Amino acid sequence: MTTVATTPATMAQALTRALRDAMAEDPSVHVLGEDVGTLGGVFRITDGLAQEFGEDRCTDTPLAEAGILGTAVGMAMYGLRPVVEMQFDAFAYPAFEQLVSHVARMRNRTRGRMPLPLTIRVPYGGGIGGVEHHSDSSEAYYMATPGLHVVTPATVPDAYGLLRAAIASDDPVVLLEPKRLYWSKDSWDPEEPASVEPIGRAVVRRSGRSATLITYGPSVPVCLEAAEAARAEGWDLEVVDLRSLVPFDDETVCASVRRTGRAVVVHESGGFGGPGGEIAARVTERCFHHLEAPVLRVAGFDLPYPPPMLERHHLPGVDRILDAVGRLQWEAEN
Amino acid sequence: MTVMEQRGAYQPTPPPAWQPRTDPAPLLPDAEPYRVLGTEEADRADPELLRRLYAELVRGRRYNAQATALTKQGRLAVYPSSTGQEACEVAAALVLQEQDWLFPSYRDTLAVVARGVDPVQALTLLRGDWHTGYDPYEHRVAPLSTPLATQLPHAVGLAHAARLKGDDVVALAMVGDGGTSEGDFHEALNFAAVWRAPVVFFVQNNGFAISVPLAKQTAAPSLAHKAVGYGMPGRLVDGNDAAAVHEVLADAVRHARGGGGPTLVEAITYRVEAHTNADDATRYRGDAEVEAWKKHDPVVLLEQELTRRGLLDDDCVAAARQDAETMAADLRERMNQDPALDPMDLFAHVYAEPTPQLLEQREQLRAELAAEAGAEPEERQR
Ligand SMILES: Cc1ncc(C[n+]2csc(CCOP(=O)(O)OP(=O)(O)O)c2C)c(N)n1
Repeated sequence: MTTVATTPATMAQALTRALRDAMAEDPSVHVLGEDVGTLGGVFRITDGLAQEFGEDRCTDTPLAEAGILGTAVGMAMYGLRPVVEMQFDAFAYPAFEQLVSHVARMRNRTRGRMPLPLTIRVPYGGGIGGVEHHSDSSEAYYMATPGLHVVTPATVPDAYGLLRAAIASDDPVVLLEPKRLYWSKDSWDPEEPASVEPIGRAVVRRSGRSATLITYGPSVPVCLEAAEAARAEGWDLEVVDLRSLVPFDDETVCASVRRTGRAVVVHESGGFGGPGGEIAARVTERCFHHLEAPVLRVAGFDLPYPPPMLERHHLPGVDRILDAVGRLQWEAEN
Repeated sequence: MTVMEQRGAYQPTPPPAWQPRTDPAPLLPDAEPYRVLGTEEADRADPELLRRLYAELVRGRRYNAQATALTKQGRLAVYPSSTGQEACEVAAALVLQEQDWLFPSYRDTLAVVARGVDPVQALTLLRGDWHTGYDPYEHRVAPLSTPLATQLPHAVGLAHAARLKGDDVVALAMVGDGGTSEGDFHEALNFAAVWRAPVVFFVQNNGFAISVPLAKQTAAPSLAHKAVGYGMPGRLVDGNDAAAVHEVLADAVRHARGGGGPTLVEAITYRVEAHTNADDATRYRGDAEVEAWKKHDPVVLLEQELTRRGLLDDDCVAAARQDAETMAADLRERMNQDPALDPMDLFAHVYAEPTPQLLEQREQLRAELAAEAGAEPEERQR
């Protein structure tokens, strides 16, 4: 079989195609948000959708996040599949009451009679030099709200697959889009059929034997880079990309940690009360006898997201990951 | 004994009789935006004020141009220009007394500067060295707010608190047309009206919220009409007419200061540049519209008026331009210097007393920086 060289595509293009395919296949899929129509979204993810499907299917809303999500709840109640765009991570907060009080619990409070099949797309995370309120990592808030699925792609094909899966899901899904990976490229052919994986599966991005880096979204490429760098120091690191924070794939994660015996959780959001604490606890509970060192966390500092000129000191980079890996060894030797 | 018993039985007091406003007409805005320049009203306008406005407009226009140029040189991460809206920006700053407060939105750098904040400090947020570069108490200017409309309830709370303390303080809060759709806008107006808080809500309706035109933002006849439902007056003004904006805002400030409560002022203006330097405005609007608005330019309008009344000669124009050039040169020079940044500042202002966790993280960064500074070149490559 010959490998056909495919045109590299960006994550942004994969997301656009996922929306377009979903809208073409199912007339109940509607896109709404600020600037998603004429402009195609500030990140151009919804580019061309209003022209192709009309403004009723891809709608510029008034500037009101609670209103956007609240009306999407009503649309979903009535059988549509809304996909809403929150323009930036920190601008989703006005919608939190709708999210927490209604979106996340509608199925539960109606004993399953009123599921809400809606997708909330949130560009998140730092590393793009954004001014204040444009770089938050809000995953812990979403994860702490029962009733939501929370997924985040790190690769171009996953961006497509996870968005399609989110739209197909009969439950509300928060799709956290790592905005600094929007323009990362991959040899993914936007014209070829692409796979849609069920939500909830992690994947081993790089196999290794001496320790596992557990990570997701924007930190996946950083961990892969760290794993390469660690080879020089004799470490053979495995990198697990969670893809889905809720539900959490204990199986893949624990299988990896049992093989390697050591683990570091890496993410951008603050460590205290952050996703890493939950992940470390789960791993410890399930793999205690296999662990040769405590599960460590490499996270952003516990600060309001810093101004762009200082963000490189905040974001977990290769060095900080390698330091943690080094501490795993220390723990092992002492 | 229960708490309720301790306190004595609950005695419902009958509510005061509800008195609807019998005549909402005084609250309604005029059908047409109020204008001064080019009308008979213009002759009554104070020459000193007009000259002052003119000088500030010229400065503001130059400031916008300079800041935009700084984005092209990579000295400023992003700049949302207010070119075309300078009359609103300048008037907002000039109607306030020293003890009053300004609550700006992210586009309102000019108003912040016209209020006296150092031009470089006003750009800190947009340059990216810190989130707010100035001390809000020094000139009584709240931090530039990026989340839309969230500063409006702050303005109401501050004005209310000042009044409770018996202080003579008015708050002027700025918001864009798009921001009026946010829930915070509604809640702020409602609180302000119920409390009769000394607040002026100032909407700069510049036609677009990024790409979304006003017609997709509201179905109301005007944004000023929204005032009526809250029980406060709504005023409509030509936002490119500096004299008119100043007069309407000054009236509203006086009304608030005198205990009359809040006013909603809508200025009809236009955003001549794109949303920010990063935006492509050709995607959502045509050149013809922009060109038409450029003919209704705030600087030109005022210049014509001043000339007609013989209040402006070539020397005055030259002086205003010279002053603006000096400001721009100073801005350019100081913005071309790298800001002094200390990464340790990351930890300096999270809490009054840093938590033990933050102290640990601070030491971690300190060690990283020391390693970075002392590292052998080969080691640093990692
Ligand atoms: C709560 C919130 N949602 C979304 C945004 C993203 N955003 C920044 S500016 C803008 C448009 C604002 O339009 P308008 O209020 O009319 O002010 P203008 O830009 O015209 O001055 C949007 C949607 C934001 N800053 N805050």
